[in-house]
Amino acid sequence: MITSFVLKALDRNIVWVTALLLVIAALVPALNLMTAPDHPLHIPTYIVSLFGKYLTYALLALALDLVWGFCGILSLGHAAFFALGGYAMGMYLMRQIGARGSYGNPLLPDFMVFLNWKELPLFWHGFDMFWFAALMAVLVPGLLAFVFGWFAFRSRVNGVYLSIITQAMTFALLLAFFRNDMGFGGNNGLTDFKDILGYSIQSNGTRSALFAASAIALALSLVITSGIVRSKYGKVLIGVRDAESRTRFLGYRVEHMKLFAFTVSAMMAGVAGALYVPQVGIINPGEFEPANSIEVVIWTAVGGRGTLIGPIVGAILVNGGKSIFTAAFPEFWLFALGGLFVLVTLFLPKGIVGTARQVIERRRDYHKARQAEAARALAAEPQAAE
Amino acid sequence: MHARLIHRFLQCLLVAFCVMVTMLATDLRAADDLRAMVNALGGGNFQQSQKQVEALAKTGDPKIVPALEALSEGDLYQRKTDGTVFIVKPAGSNFMLIDALTGDTAGEEAKAALEKIKVNNGLRRTIRAALGGLTLMSPETGVRLQAANTILRTPSADALDGLDTVLAAETDGAVRAVLEKARAASVLVSDLPVDEKKAAVATVVETGGRDSLSLLSSALATADESLRPDIEAGIKQIEDRQALWAAGQNIWYGLSLGSVLLLAAIGLAITFGVMGIINMAHGEMVMLGAYTTFVVQQIIRTSFPGLFDWSLAIALPLAFIVTGVVGLAIERGIIRFLYGRPLETLLATWGVSLILQQAVRSIFGPTNQEVGNPSWMSGAFDLGGMTITWNRMWIIVFSLAVFAFLLFLLKKTPMGLQMRAVTQNRRMASSMGIKTPWVDALTFALGSGIAGIAGVALSQIDNVSPNLGQGYIIDSFIVVVFGGVGNLWGTLVGAFTLGILNKFLEPYAGAVLGKILVLVLIILFIQKRPRGLFALKGRAVEA
Repeated sequence: MITSFVLKALDRNIVWVTALLLVIAALVPALNLMTAPDHPLHIPTYIVSLFGKYLTYALLALALDLVWGFCGILSLGHAAFFALGGYAMGMYLMRQIGARGSYGNPLLPDFMVFLNWKELPLFWHGFDMFWFAALMAVLVPGLLAFVFGWFAFRSRVNGVYLSIITQAMTFALLLAFFRNDMGFGGNNGLTDFKDILGYSIQSNGTRSALFAASAIALALSLVITSGIVRSKYGKVLIGVRDAESRTRFLGYRVEHMKLFAFTVSAMMAGVAGALYVPQVGIINPGEFEPANSIEVVIWTAVGGRGTLIGPIVGAILVNGGKSIFTAAFPEFWLFALGGLFVLVTLFLPKGIVGTARQVIERRRDYHKARQAEAARALAAEPQAAE
Repeated sequence: MHARLIHRFLQCLLVAFCVMVTMLATDLRAADDLRAMVNALGGGNFQQSQKQVEALAKTGDPKIVPALEALSEGDLYQRKTDGTVFIVKPAGSNFMLIDALTGDTAGEEAKAALEKIKVNNGLRRTIRAALGGLTLMSPETGVRLQAANTILRTPSADALDGLDTVLAAETDGAVRAVLEKARAASVLVSDLPVDEKKAAVATVVETGGRDSLSLLSSALATADESLRPDIEAGIKQIEDRQALWAAGQNIWYGLSLGSVLLLAAIGLAITFGVMGIINMAHGEMVMLGAYTTFVVQQIIRTSFPGLFDWSLAIALPLAFIVTGVVGLAIERGIIRFLYGRPLETLLATWGVSLILQQAVRSIFGPTNQEVGNPSWMSGAFDLGGMTITWNRMWIIVFSLAVFAFLLFLLKKTPMGLQMRAVTQNRRMASSMGIKTPWVDALTFALGSGIAGIAGVALSQIDNVSPNLGQGYIIDSFIVVVFGGVGNLWGTLVGAFTLGILNKFLEPYAGAVLGKILVLVLIILFIQKRPRGLFALKGRAVEA
């Protein structure tokens, strides 16, 4: 069953992109670690980290594409799932600091000592173990999405209403994480990480490993989502997107379909967040900003909604553009981003990948039509000669 | 005839002169008497001084107030050579002498040449009572009120007699109220019979206020058994009343917040509620309105300072026009291509909001701009136990006025009729000859213009910065969704409900947690009623 799931998942494009991802997962760390800094093929560590970050963003955009592109749920809360995964990882990294913090407390993170807390809050227990933190990075966003989605889909909140309440959810989380009493470092968030699984978080090796992990996670997620949308369930999901009432009247439990997609998507976003935090070295409540969630939507839209590969392309392009733009002309970045929102929705509704596919298909159809015409003409010719 | 007139005039003048001289003479004589009495303060023992103070108090002359105050402070000295009494101030190793009655300086004298007039606590009490009585007779209401408050703060049985006489003469209501309370307070610390004290407790309870509470609790400590239940009941009554006022104040704050939400959301109720357009740039329209106010005030400040009180009235139509035009441009340029694709509209307008924010940031800078309150919007007044600031008051009034205006526009004008027709059935409206694209554009411009007007009002209570709109966008959407899309009344009820709910949760949960709770409640509420409080019924819902 699993093999058939995977085999179905792998159409030609997905195979290509997955293979590419796996290749760079091996090649980039190799070029970073095994070449001398002055070698022409050497990739500096900051580039590795930067692209590692882009890959986690791509994973987030891919997660959004599963619900938005294939199920029609425009979630404006995906950055919240991302941030929750990030916080889970951040908590593990905080616990790893141990007695090396400024206050030297072996058990409590610095900010707790600063706030005069005497013991570790209950929900911080267990985060000294990597497997537990990794599990939480997936489970917490998943659980939140499950509960939230269960309520929302059951009462048939959809369309823009759903978008608005997901945004309200993100906003509530933002406010909550800003509070010092929550026990997540308040305004400053979690930072000053030292090491992960015993390796220094600053070292080139760790950075490369994180990059590889991100690329592999992205490749895996791509295969999984592709499998989902190409399975029978995926077909129904697309049915939900295009004609929800009709699908329901055909006898499908629409809310279950949506809930499954939403939860899986949130878990993927959580993984992305968990990979993101060690690469940027900080997680703070700013990640919950509703604006961030909307930005994820534009990555997906630029690349092409409902194409799976598009969101990956879009996330990397937009964020690459952002890095270049904010360095060169910082005051114009918002103009560019705003313009991107407007232009893409007006002129490129299918996104880059979607439009490219359309063009290719049209050309193929055109060629086919030409060939068919030529064949007909050939068949007709002898008769004319006679 | 002429001569008689002049004669008459001279006569009058003469009479007036005589009267003046007589008055001056009595005045002088009185001053002489006073001086003698003040001088007599020195030299004697405490009992004599006390008698002298009482005698001075009987004159009722406010001139002796400084001397008595100085005596109480221990700053009244007698010159050994001639027995004159002075108020002194230390000046180096000498004393600077100040005339006890006139307050003029009268040279310096070595410390050894003066003798301090001794004072003890008994004498101080007498002085305080006397002073209270004296200032209470001052012709100025403010002075009397202050004196009455002083007695209220330091009640003593000695002040009772004075208070009774003053009360009999007092006509000003406010002063009278304080005096009565002060009297009651004094009764409570005196050794009068219990019945009188019970009456006093009743008086204190009736006036209420925080000071009454402390008064009664201090009285409770010393009161005897028969009085205790009365005082305890009184305290409870006051506390209940205070709780009621606090609730009232909370409702007021809630109304105030609700009016802000209403202002922010009402434009959205048009664009989102009526037209179904998700306008994420709505907050930026509010921001543009606020910046219009800033620009208007800036011009007024530099060119027509006299018009400052009118700045808001001038800014109002300008803000409406500016944001209306921007809204029109957005609708014609972007939104009209996206009708029927609400999620895409959301993204495109979000892009517009980013552009507008950055544009304002580039032009005006990222910092907060100062927008002033006109004089009629600053200050506050008291209503019972509540304090009400004028700007909040006006904003509530204004938000309701805007609401009424919109309601009128939608329900009673041809334009409103067309708007509603297009919203309900676009094709039918079009068949009836309504230019639907124009109605769309105008409706959107109207919603944006209303947001701009809201910005003028919000500039009075919020920081005017490029991020102003961001703070309102989520709240506005929640208000509209909560109230029920397509229903202005729903927006009104939704805004005020959320405002009051927020302010009632705040004392228990804190500001941030209160807000989170409200958001969670809303999310749960939408599960129950996905179409809001006042949902539209019928087929239009599914469209």
